[in-house]
Amino acid sequence: MTHPPAARPLEADRRRRLLLLLLFAALALAAGVSLLAGRYPAPGLLSWQRLAEDDLAARLVFGLRLPRLLTAVLLGMTLGGAGMVFQYLFNNPLVEPGFLGVSQGAAFGAAFVIVLVGGGVLTVQVSAAVFALAGLGFSSLLARRLRYGGWILRLVLAGIAVSALFSAGVGLLKYLADPLRQLPELTFWLLGGLASITWERLLSILPLSLPGLLLLLLFRWRLNLLSLGEATAFSLGAAPGRERWLLILAAVLPTAALISVSGMVSWVGLIVPHIARRLFGAEARFSLPAAMLLGGLFVLLCDDLARLLLAGEIPLGILTALFGALIFLALMILQKPPVRK
Amino acid sequence: MSAPLLSFRNVHFGYRRSRPILRQASFDLSAGRITAVVGPNGVGKTTLLYLALGWLQAWSGEILLDGRPLSGYGRLERGRRMALVPQSENTPFDYTLFEYVLLGRAPHLPPLSVPSPADQEMAWQVLEKVGLTALAGQPVPQLSSGERQLMLLARAILQTPRLLLLDEPTAHLDLHNKARLLDLLRQLRAEGVTLLMTNHEPDVVLALADDVILMESGQPPQAGPLGQLFTAQNLSRIYRLPVRLVEVEGGKHVLWT
Repeated sequence: MTHPPAARPLEADRRRRLLLLLLFAALALAAGVSLLAGRYPAPGLLSWQRLAEDDLAARLVFGLRLPRLLTAVLLGMTLGGAGMVFQYLFNNPLVEPGFLGVSQGAAFGAAFVIVLVGGGVLTVQVSAAVFALAGLGFSSLLARRLRYGGWILRLVLAGIAVSALFSAGVGLLKYLADPLRQLPELTFWLLGGLASITWERLLSILPLSLPGLLLLLLFRWRLNLLSLGEATAFSLGAAPGRERWLLILAAVLPTAALISVSGMVSWVGLIVPHIARRLFGAEARFSLPAAMLLGGLFVLLCDDLARLLLAGEIPLGILTALFGALIFLALMILQKPPVRK
Repeated sequence: MSAPLLSFRNVHFGYRRSRPILRQASFDLSAGRITAVVGPNGVGKTTLLYLALGWLQAWSGEILLDGRPLSGYGRLERGRRMALVPQSENTPFDYTLFEYVLLGRAPHLPPLSVPSPADQEMAWQVLEKVGLTALAGQPVPQLSSGERQLMLLARAILQTPRLLLLDEPTAHLDLHNKARLLDLLRQLRAEGVTLLMTNHEPDVVLALADDVILMESGQPPQAGPLGQLFTAQNLSRIYRLPVRLVEVEGGKHVLWT
């Protein structure tokens, strides 16, 4: 085959842009269907006509399902995108946004309020967000004090230690919790779920999550640079130290905000970026938006199953872990990456 | 004589206060020449390269690029004038070779922009020059070390540097790739690029370098023309090993036993 100069890379870009567009369309379609799917008035899809005529149906769809659905998409975008960013920044495909003490910090914050303080969902949310950020803060302070290895190793070690401390705290709180009143609530929070989402709660996390995600998207090409190692990134005109911290914050703030309302939703941040890179290649210009769209789609579908599969609610975290791991295994075993030529 | 492109003025540096590595380093690199930094392992050759890059900060003394203190350059401006070819670089991610090389355009683009088709065209031209177009779509982790070295050079060329820093560019290369790399480096010199490289292979230094910087533990580095400094006597002393320079068919070679 003969190609005019540079045609091949440009062609690959066009293909990936088209694939992103398809992914976006799939997400929009899934969101539309999810909005109509539910158990009112009977399990199945609500018709447009019914929606127009039935006041209760309209209130249900726009007052409850829509904010929940939007939160699911935002949660998936955040976990997928932040996971991708962390993997590039740490030059390691095995990290995810929860490490650095963020997830365990949030869990501790929630458990602390549920067991010791007592309070409504809003108090739990605020405490989870505060402790998630405290987890990041402790990890980075600790990393600065360590005298061992490079910055990646130091942060990873510090994150592991801080996570372990918080998870010991969660264990202690579980032990102390009243098994009839507090333990079920705590367990449900730790398994993750979006059943309690309202417009107010969704709006409360937007100021923390949207700017972060936008910033990550703006840095998408630069992420490649920052994944190369510090001296190389520096030689290419980057300020690796400053830019890395900016992006860590831009990834952790939305993550903290989202898990403060959703509880622990595991595996999305680890698995979705892998799937995105399988489909789109490593170039973050495409794989980062892809991870966001795929994450949104994945969590949306899992949340649909969480609320539709049984009459009661299935914890979202169980489903994301189950299907995430299955899809991941299937991809690893069956498929060759399609983007490569 | 043109003004020096890079000057070290009495530069001191060490990683720990108690153990200075570089003392009173003073030398000039004039434009369009190839300078080899030569010396035993651990003497600070790579350190000198990273000082020139601005990545390490000297304890004292001054480093001038084009007559201006290196610290006075903006990040992007520095990235356009000076490029680094590190000894090795690993990524766990499946970038294609083309995507990887394209990152060399970074210092020419505002921080939050993405490369345009014109940038991609430039990257393609560099691949043609280096002879890597056939591998453009290959995932980087699957390249051989020779291909990888050429790829790192291609990325550096895309920065359009006037000063190119190379850390052991011929390590791990087979004879064919070594010859290919030397040709490319000579071509860059002919285009007016100044090259500063560390090298452990005396034959490569003899074949390529115009000047050398001799580094010896505990001594200030010595800089000068190849013929003057790269002598059997000096090499025997710094490597603590009897070394002979022999002439075969008009070219000099280093023998050691």
